[in-house]
Amino acid sequence: MNLTSDQLIFWQHGFFKLNETIVTTWMLMILMALGSKLVTRNLLTEGSISRWQGALEIIVTTLEGQIKDVGLGEARKYLPFLGTLFLFVATCSICTVLPGYKPPTGSLSTTAALALCVFVAVPLFGIREQGFGAYLRTYAKPTFIMLPFNIISELSRTLALAVRLFGNMMSGVMIIGILLTITPFVFPIVMTALGLLTGMVQAYIFTILAGVYIAAATFVPKPKQAVESTKTATS
Amino acid sequence: MDSMTIIAVASIVTAGLTIGIGCMCPALGEGRAVATALTSLAQQPDASPTITRTLFVGLAMIESLAIYCFVVSMILIFANPFWNRVIAHAAGK
Repeated sequence: MNLTSDQLIFWQHGFFKLNETIVTTWMLMILMALGSKLVTRNLLTEGSISRWQGALEIIVTTLEGQIKDVGLGEARKYLPFLGTLFLFVATCSICTVLPGYKPPTGSLSTTAALALCVFVAVPLFGIREQGFGAYLRTYAKPTFIMLPFNIISELSRTLALAVRLFGNMMSGVMIIGILLTITPFVFPIVMTALGLLTGMVQAYIFTILAGVYIAAATFVPKPKQAVESTKTATS
Repeated sequence: MDSMTIIAVASIVTAGLTIGIGCMCPALGEGRAVATALTSLAQQPDASPTITRTLFVGLAMIESLAIYCFVVSMILIFANPFWNRVIAHAAGK
Protein backbone atom coordinates (compact mmCIF):
# COMPACT_ATOMS: atom_id res chain seq x y z
CA MET A 1 0.00 0.00 0.00
CA ASN A 2 1.32 3.45 -0.89
CA LEU A 3 1.70 5.61 2.17
CA THR A 4 1.86 8.86 0.19
CA SER A 5 1.14 9.91 -3.37
CA ASP A 6 4.87 10.64 -3.78
CA GLN A 7 5.51 7.01 -4.58
CA LEU A 8 3.62 6.95 -7.86
CA ILE A 9 6.08 8.35 -10.42
CA PHE A 10 4.82 9.21 -13.89
CA TRP A 11 7.99 10.41 -15.50
CA GLN A 12 11.59 10.52 -14.44
CA HIS A 13 14.67 12.14 -15.90
CA GLY A 14 17.74 11.89 -13.74
CA PHE A 15 17.21 13.81 -10.52
CA PHE A 16 13.91 15.29 -11.68
CA LYS A 17 10.89 13.16 -10.82
CA LEU A 18 7.32 13.91 -11.82
CA ASN A 19 5.16 12.18 -9.24
CA GLU A 20 1.45 12.21 -8.58
CA THR A 21 1.70 14.89 -5.90
CA ILE A 22 3.24 17.42 -8.28
CA VAL A 23 0.80 16.65 -11.07
CA THR A 24 -2.22 16.99 -8.76
CA THR A 25 -0.84 20.22 -7.32
CA TRP A 26 -0.41 21.65 -10.81
CA MET A 27 -3.94 20.61 -11.75
CA LEU A 28 -5.31 22.33 -8.65
CA MET A 29 -3.23 25.44 -9.36
CA ILE A 30 -4.59 25.59 -12.92
CA LEU A 31 -8.13 25.02 -11.64
CA MET A 32 -7.91 27.74 -8.98
CA ALA A 33 -6.06 30.27 -11.14
CA LEU A 34 -8.35 29.83 -14.15
CA GLY A 35 -11.44 29.78 -11.92
CA SER A 36 -10.59 33.03 -10.16
CA LYS A 37 -9.52 34.59 -13.48
CA LEU A 38 -12.88 33.71 -14.99
CA VAL A 39 -14.82 35.01 -12.00
CA THR A 40 -12.89 38.26 -11.66
CA ARG A 41 -12.98 39.00 -15.40
CA ASN A 42 -15.91 41.36 -15.14
CA LEU A 43 -16.46 42.48 -11.57
CA LEU A 44 -19.30 44.86 -10.77
CA THR A 45 -19.57 47.28 -7.89
CA GLU A 46 -23.25 48.09 -8.35
CA GLY A 47 -26.35 46.55 -9.82
CA SER A 48 -26.88 42.80 -9.67
CA ILE A 49 -23.62 40.93 -9.37
CA SER A 50 -23.09 37.44 -10.75
CA ARG A 51 -23.44 34.42 -8.49
CA TRP A 52 -19.76 33.58 -8.72
CA GLN A 53 -18.75 37.08 -7.71
CA GLY A 54 -21.07 36.79 -4.72
CA ALA A 55 -19.48 33.49 -3.71
CA LEU A 56 -15.99 34.93 -4.05
CA GLU A 57 -16.94 38.00 -2.03
CA ILE A 58 -18.32 35.78 0.74
CA ILE A 59 -15.07 33.82 0.85
CA VAL A 60 -12.86 36.91 0.89
CA THR A 61 -14.86 38.85 3.48
CA THR A 62 -15.18 35.80 5.76
CA LEU A 63 -11.44 35.22 5.57
CA GLU A 64 -10.82 38.86 6.32
CA GLY A 65 -13.11 38.74 9.34
CA GLN A 66 -11.46 35.61 10.67
CA ILE A 67 -7.98 37.09 10.25
CA LYS A 68 -9.14 40.20 12.08
CA ASP A 69 -10.47 38.04 14.93
CA VAL A 70 -7.08 36.42 15.38
CA GLY A 71 -5.64 39.76 16.32
CA LEU A 72 -4.28 41.11 13.06
CA GLY A 73 -5.87 44.53 12.88
CA GLU A 74 -4.97 45.34 9.28
CA ALA A 75 -6.28 42.13 7.80
CA ARG A 76 -5.82 43.30 4.22
CA LYS A 77 -2.04 43.13 4.61
CA TYR A 78 -2.10 39.45 5.49
CA LEU A 79 -5.09 38.37 3.43
CA PRO A 80 -3.07 37.41 0.30
CA PHE A 81 -0.75 35.05 2.19
CA LEU A 82 -3.19 33.51 4.68
CA GLY A 83 -6.03 33.40 2.16
CA THR A 84 -3.86 31.54 -0.34
CA LEU A 85 -2.88 29.00 2.29
CA PHE A 86 -6.50 28.45 3.26
CA LEU A 87 -7.82 28.22 -0.29
CA PHE A 88 -5.12 25.78 -1.38
CA VAL A 89 -5.52 23.44 1.60
CA ALA A 90 -9.32 23.66 1.44
CA THR A 91 -9.43 22.94 -2.30
CA CYS A 92 -7.06 20.01 -1.78
CA SER A 93 -9.43 18.44 0.72
CA ILE A 94 -12.69 19.36 -1.06
CA CYS A 95 -11.56 17.65 -4.27
CA THR A 96 -11.49 14.35 -2.33
CA VAL A 97 -15.06 13.84 -3.63
CA LEU A 98 -13.56 13.15 -7.06
CA PRO A 99 -12.87 9.43 -7.52
CA GLY A 100 -9.24 8.43 -7.95
CA TYR A 101 -8.03 11.70 -6.48
CA LYS A 102 -5.40 11.75 -3.78
CA PRO A 103 -4.95 15.03 -1.93
CA PRO A 104 -1.48 16.48 -2.44
CA THR A 105 -1.56 17.57 1.19
CA GLY A 106 -1.46 13.85 2.03
CA SER A 107 2.22 13.93 1.18
CA LEU A 108 4.75 15.23 3.66
CA SER A 109 6.66 17.16 0.98
CA THR A 110 3.67 19.41 0.21
CA THR A 111 2.83 20.11 3.83
CA ALA A 112 6.50 20.70 4.64
CA ALA A 113 6.63 23.25 1.84
CA LEU A 114 3.52 25.00 3.18
CA ALA A 115 4.92 25.00 6.72
CA LEU A 116 8.23 26.38 5.44
CA CYS A 117 6.30 29.22 3.78
CA VAL A 118 4.86 30.06 7.21
CA PHE A 119 8.30 29.64 8.80
CA VAL A 120 9.78 32.21 6.40
CA ALA A 121 6.77 34.54 6.35
CA VAL A 122 6.51 35.00 10.13
CA PRO A 123 9.93 36.72 10.57
CA LEU A 124 9.41 38.69 7.35
CA PHE A 125 6.12 40.14 8.57
CA GLY A 126 7.63 40.67 12.00
CA ILE A 127 10.60 42.58 10.60
CA ARG A 128 8.32 44.65 8.39
CA GLU A 129 6.21 45.72 11.37
CA GLN A 130 8.82 46.11 14.09
CA GLY A 131 12.12 46.64 12.30
CA PHE A 132 15.05 44.23 12.17
CA GLY A 133 16.61 44.89 15.56
CA ALA A 134 13.35 45.07 17.47
CA TYR A 135 12.18 41.81 15.96
CA LEU A 136 15.40 39.98 16.82
CA ARG A 137 15.16 41.34 20.35
CA THR A 138 11.78 39.61 20.83
CA TYR A 139 13.62 36.29 20.79
CA ALA A 140 15.42 37.27 23.97
CA LYS A 141 12.22 38.20 25.79
CA PRO A 142 11.26 38.06 28.63
CA THR A 143 14.85 37.22 29.63
CA PHE A 144 17.95 36.21 27.74
CA ILE A 145 17.66 32.64 29.09
CA MET A 146 14.58 32.12 26.93
CA LEU A 147 16.55 32.58 23.68
CA PRO A 148 17.16 28.88 22.91
CA PHE A 149 13.60 27.96 23.89
CA ASN A 150 12.15 30.59 21.58
CA ILE A 151 14.24 29.29 18.69
CA ILE A 152 13.28 25.68 19.45
CA SER A 153 9.60 26.61 19.59
CA GLU A 154 9.93 28.34 16.22
CA LEU A 155 11.32 25.13 14.69
CA SER A 156 9.04 22.70 16.48
CA ARG A 157 5.86 24.53 15.57
CA THR A 158 6.88 24.41 11.91
CA LEU A 159 7.33 20.65 12.23
CA ALA A 160 4.00 20.40 14.03
CA LEU A 161 2.20 22.36 11.30
CA ALA A 162 3.60 20.07 8.60
CA VAL A 163 3.00 16.77 10.39
CA ARG A 164 -0.47 17.73 11.61
CA LEU A 165 -1.80 18.50 8.14
CA PHE A 166 0.01 15.51 6.60
CA GLY A 167 -1.22 13.11 9.28
CA ASN A 168 -4.83 14.22 9.03
CA MET A 169 -5.04 14.06 5.25
CA MET A 170 -3.02 10.84 5.00
CA SER A 171 -5.11 9.16 7.69
CA GLY A 172 -8.30 10.04 5.81
CA VAL A 173 -7.05 8.39 2.61
CA MET A 174 -5.63 5.45 4.53
CA ILE A 175 -8.80 4.79 6.53
CA ILE A 176 -10.91 4.82 3.37
CA GLY A 177 -8.45 2.45 1.69
CA ILE A 178 -8.55 0.01 4.58
CA LEU A 179 -12.35 0.20 4.89
CA LEU A 180 -12.75 -0.52 1.17
CA THR A 181 -11.20 -3.93 1.77
CA ILE A 182 -13.34 -4.69 4.83
CA THR A 183 -16.79 -3.14 4.22
CA PRO A 184 -16.78 -2.00 0.60
CA PHE A 185 -20.37 -0.82 0.33
CA VAL A 186 -21.68 2.16 2.30
CA PHE A 187 -19.35 2.80 5.17
CA PRO A 188 -16.47 4.31 3.13
CA ILE A 189 -18.87 7.06 2.00
CA VAL A 190 -19.53 8.01 5.62
CA MET A 191 -15.80 8.15 6.25
CA THR A 192 -15.34 10.26 3.10
CA ALA A 193 -17.86 12.76 4.47
CA LEU A 194 -15.98 12.79 7.77
CA GLY A 195 -12.74 13.26 5.83
CA LEU A 196 -14.24 16.30 4.07
CA LEU A 197 -15.15 17.79 7.44
CA THR A 198 -11.72 17.18 8.97
CA GLY A 199 -10.09 18.51 5.80
CA MET A 200 -11.97 21.80 6.09
CA VAL A 201 -11.22 22.00 9.83
CA GLN A 202 -7.54 21.38 9.14
CA ALA A 203 -7.47 24.07 6.46
CA TYR A 204 -9.05 26.48 8.95
CA ILE A 205 -6.65 25.44 11.71
CA PHE A 206 -3.61 25.78 9.46
CA THR A 207 -4.62 29.30 8.47
CA ILE A 208 -5.57 30.36 11.98
CA LEU A 209 -2.33 29.02 13.45
CA ALA A 210 -0.30 30.80 10.78
CA GLY A 211 -2.29 33.95 11.60
CA VAL A 212 -1.65 33.52 15.33
CA TYR A 213 2.09 33.12 14.73
CA ILE A 214 2.16 36.20 12.51
CA ALA A 215 0.11 38.14 15.08
CA ALA A 216 2.60 37.15 17.78
CA ALA A 217 5.54 38.24 15.62
CA THR A 218 4.02 41.56 14.55
CA PHE A 219 2.74 42.52 17.99
CA VAL A 220 4.08 45.94 18.86
CA PRO A 221 3.72 46.58 22.59
CA LYS A 222 1.81 49.78 23.27
CA PRO A 223 3.25 52.51 25.45
CA LYS A 224 2.02 52.27 29.04
CA GLN A 225 0.07 55.51 28.92
CA ALA A 226 -2.13 54.30 26.07
CA VAL A 227 -2.83 50.94 27.73
CA GLU A 228 -3.90 52.61 30.96
CA SER A 229 -6.16 55.07 29.20
CA THR A 230 -7.90 52.24 27.28
CA LYS A 231 -8.29 50.33 30.54
CA THR A 232 -10.04 53.21 32.22
CA ALA A 233 -12.16 53.77 29.13
CA THR A 234 -13.40 50.17 29.08
CA SER A 235 -14.01 49.99 32.82
CA MET B 1 13.50 -16.57 16.46
CA ASP B 2 15.66 -15.03 13.78
CA SER B 3 16.11 -11.30 13.53
CA MET B 4 13.40 -10.92 10.87
CA THR B 5 10.71 -12.38 13.13
CA ILE B 6 11.88 -10.27 16.06
CA ILE B 7 11.66 -7.10 13.97
CA ALA B 8 8.21 -8.03 12.66
CA VAL B 9 6.85 -8.82 16.13
CA ALA B 10 8.38 -5.72 17.68
CA SER B 11 7.04 -3.46 14.91
CA ILE B 12 3.50 -4.80 15.06
CA VAL B 13 3.26 -4.80 18.85
CA THR B 14 4.78 -1.33 19.08
CA ALA B 15 2.41 -0.01 16.41
CA GLY B 16 -0.57 -1.31 18.38
CA LEU B 17 0.73 0.09 21.66
CA THR B 18 1.54 3.44 20.04
CA ILE B 19 -1.90 3.97 18.60
CA GLY B 20 -3.61 2.58 21.74
CA ILE B 21 -1.88 4.71 24.34
CA GLY B 22 -1.45 7.61 21.95
CA CYS B 23 -5.19 7.84 21.35
CA MET B 24 -6.21 7.31 24.95
CA CYS B 25 -4.42 10.27 26.48
CA PRO B 26 -5.36 12.91 23.87
CA ALA B 27 -8.96 11.63 24.10
CA LEU B 28 -8.96 12.37 27.82
CA GLY B 29 -7.52 15.81 27.15
CA GLU B 30 -10.04 16.56 24.41
CA GLY B 31 -12.89 15.46 26.66
CA ARG B 32 -11.75 17.86 29.36
CA ALA B 33 -11.36 20.68 26.85
CA VAL B 34 -14.82 20.18 25.35
CA ALA B 35 -16.42 19.87 28.78
CA THR B 36 -14.85 23.13 29.94
CA ALA B 37 -15.80 24.87 26.71
CA LEU B 38 -19.41 23.72 27.06
CA THR B 39 -19.52 24.99 30.64
CA SER B 40 -18.25 28.39 29.59
CA LEU B 41 -20.63 28.44 26.62
CA ALA B 42 -23.54 27.85 28.99
CA GLN B 43 -22.30 30.63 31.27
CA GLN B 44 -21.52 33.15 28.54
CA PRO B 45 -23.44 32.48 25.35
CA ASP B 46 -22.40 35.90 24.02
CA ALA B 47 -18.77 34.85 23.81
CA SER B 48 -19.58 31.78 21.73
CA PRO B 49 -17.60 32.77 18.58
CA THR B 50 -14.41 33.34 20.55
CA ILE B 51 -14.86 30.22 22.65
CA THR B 52 -15.63 28.07 19.62
CA ARG B 53 -12.64 29.33 17.67
CA THR B 54 -10.26 28.86 20.58
CA LEU B 55 -11.75 25.44 21.23
CA PHE B 56 -11.18 24.38 17.64
CA VAL B 57 -7.59 25.56 17.62
CA GLY B 58 -6.93 23.89 20.96
CA LEU B 59 -8.60 20.67 19.87
CA ALA B 60 -6.46 20.60 16.73
CA MET B 61 -3.37 21.06 18.89
CA ILE B 62 -4.39 18.13 21.10
CA GLU B 63 -5.51 16.07 18.16
CA SER B 64 -2.15 16.50 16.47
CA LEU B 65 -0.56 14.49 19.30
CA ALA B 66 -2.78 11.56 18.42
CA ILE B 67 -1.97 12.16 14.76
CA TYR B 68 1.76 11.95 15.50
CA CYS B 69 1.19 8.56 17.12
CA PHE B 70 -0.87 7.49 14.11
CA VAL B 71 1.88 8.53 11.71
CA VAL B 72 4.47 6.63 13.74
CA SER B 73 2.37 3.47 13.81
CA MET B 74 1.63 3.76 10.06
CA ILE B 75 5.36 4.09 9.39
CA LEU B 76 6.01 1.04 11.58
CA ILE B 77 3.47 -1.02 9.66
CA PHE B 78 3.69 0.16 6.04
CA ALA B 79 7.06 1.88 5.65
CA ASN B 80 9.23 0.29 8.32
CA PRO B 81 12.86 1.29 7.68
CA PHE B 82 14.29 -1.60 9.75
CA TRP B 83 12.12 -4.12 8.00
CA ASN B 84 13.12 -2.78 4.57
CA ARG B 85 16.76 -2.98 5.58
CA VAL B 86 16.42 -6.60 6.71
CA ILE B 87 14.63 -7.48 3.46
CA ALA B 88 17.37 -5.77 1.43
CA HIS B 89 20.01 -7.56 3.50
CA ALA B 90 18.33 -10.94 2.98
CA ALA B 91 17.96 -10.30 -0.75
CA GLY B 92 21.63 -9.34 -1.01
CA LYS B 93 22.79 -12.65 0.50
